[in-house]
Amino acid sequence: MAASAAPARDPAWLGRSFWLLALLVLLWPLGVATEFRPWVLLEPGNLRVTGQFLGSFWPLAHGGEFLAMVARETWRTVAMATAGVSLALLIAIPLTLASTQALSVSALSGRMARGPFWLRQALRWLLIVLRSIPELVWALVFVRVVGLGPTAGVLAIALTYGGMLGKVYGEILESGETHATTTLLRNGSSRLQAFLYALLPASAAELTSYTVYRWECAIRSSVVLGFVGAGGLGQQLDNSMKMFNGGEVASMLLVFIALVALADRVSAWLRKVLG
Amino acid sequence: MNRQRAANPPYRLPPPLFDARCKACWFVVGLAGLVVASFWSLDLQWAQFLSLQAVHSMARFVGEFFPPDTSPAFLRKVALGAWETLAMSALGTGLAALAGLALAVPASRLYAGHTAPARVPTRLILNALRSIPELVWAALLLISAGLGPFAGTLALALHTTGVLGRLFAEAIENAPPGPAAALRTHGVGNGRVFLYATLPQVLPQLMSYTLYRWENNIRAAAVLGVVGAGGLGQLLAFHMGLFHMSKTATILGAMLLMVAVVDAASHGARRWLTR
Repeated sequence: MAASAAPARDPAWLGRSFWLLALLVLLWPLGVATEFRPWVLLEPGNLRVTGQFLGSFWPLAHGGEFLAMVARETWRTVAMATAGVSLALLIAIPLTLASTQALSVSALSGRMARGPFWLRQALRWLLIVLRSIPELVWALVFVRVVGLGPTAGVLAIALTYGGMLGKVYGEILESGETHATTTLLRNGSSRLQAFLYALLPASAAELTSYTVYRWECAIRSSVVLGFVGAGGLGQQLDNSMKMFNGGEVASMLLVFIALVALADRVSAWLRKVLG
Repeated sequence: MNRQRAANPPYRLPPPLFDARCKACWFVVGLAGLVVASFWSLDLQWAQFLSLQAVHSMARFVGEFFPPDTSPAFLRKVALGAWETLAMSALGTGLAALAGLALAVPASRLYAGHTAPARVPTRLILNALRSIPELVWAALLLISAGLGPFAGTLALALHTTGVLGRLFAEAIENAPPGPAAALRTHGVGNGRVFLYATLPQVLPQLMSYTLYRWENNIRAAAVLGVVGAGGLGQLLAFHMGLFHMSKTATILGAMLLMVAVVDAASHGARRWLTR
């Protein structure tokens, strides 16, 4: 017997087209709010400017001086990310230690005492506030205070990533196995001892791999921070874009894509080796 | 042979701190080298940042934030900016989900032994889209789309297409092959096999990826305006550039509130879904 032919018409077309129409109606106000007018892209004036800019991408800029500058700025980008993440650790580790519920002595016997409870809660809110202000906004603020340059970028990464790392470290520590920790605490070891000998070994791999992942993210965001004047590859990219120098923009974009891919590989390899 | 064993095993000395054959030691040395080199090569202006003058200017800067501008006319403007940000993120994510799905199909191996000729080039495109951050896309798109939220929407859409396309392709390749194989043995073509067997299976996963990216994009959209791509960020950059500190404070408050609401909503939704 031959296989029965597939039905020629979608049996559920009525429902599908209704939901598609409803979706379009719902999308209308969004399009109005975002001034979504794709035909603007195809206006002759815009098309000419875009064409010229894209046309100037080739040949790529490859002068010796330019390449040396790109190499220097690429290193500065990586250095900003690394310095920022190390300072972020200085913020995150003490705050995590102070705010972890797993290290509470009073919680061993039922409820946590009121004082420590509110202290931990306050530290947790501090971490959330640090984390929820985007690094770009911190950078805008610090550029006003310390002037243009990598200091603003490093501080911005340190504060935002300090908040992120602190919050996630707390979650990792509390979701792990805490039996050994409570046993040590019950038998009279200090909180730092309980942390070093029970809580940390249980989740060290996860903590390290999250830190490496965040370092990778920091490299990406340190490029972005350059756009508000925090130095590095982003600032040079911004300058070249403002001067419509397509060749330089294209070269730097390629370097940037390669940098991100490299960081991605290194971080994946490290996480595999460590985890 | 029954060898005599000590009742208590003799204590062994802990291993030496550094051992040329221990990979972790080399890793730590390399890491310390990277951190030191980063701090050393960046001309960080700690003196300027920690000086009395900087503390004063920081204090004055923060002091000017208060009281935030709460005049109804300005609040209305901020609310409009917040709505614009939300619309940018929603529309950008929606477009990215469609484009990501369109690119994910050629980027995945649909069945075992499928040659998938477009797989490698499509994945290259997706990686390139993904590794350029939204802000850089926005700065590039300003040239062809002009200042305003449209450039921001397109920038979000392009970056998110890269992210979602890759995740979607992974989901499609990991879908259980049974139903698709059943249709294929009946001679149904690749397109209809995808629509009626693979897609319904992976749709919940695709939706959850999309929602997760939307949450990220709201945060990203809030700062995209710093380069002139609309939303709250544009208001922020404008007023901060003119040193309207009380207005800046209101906008920062609105950003924090928006991020907090989104975080709480997603946390609540996730709890409700996994219950």
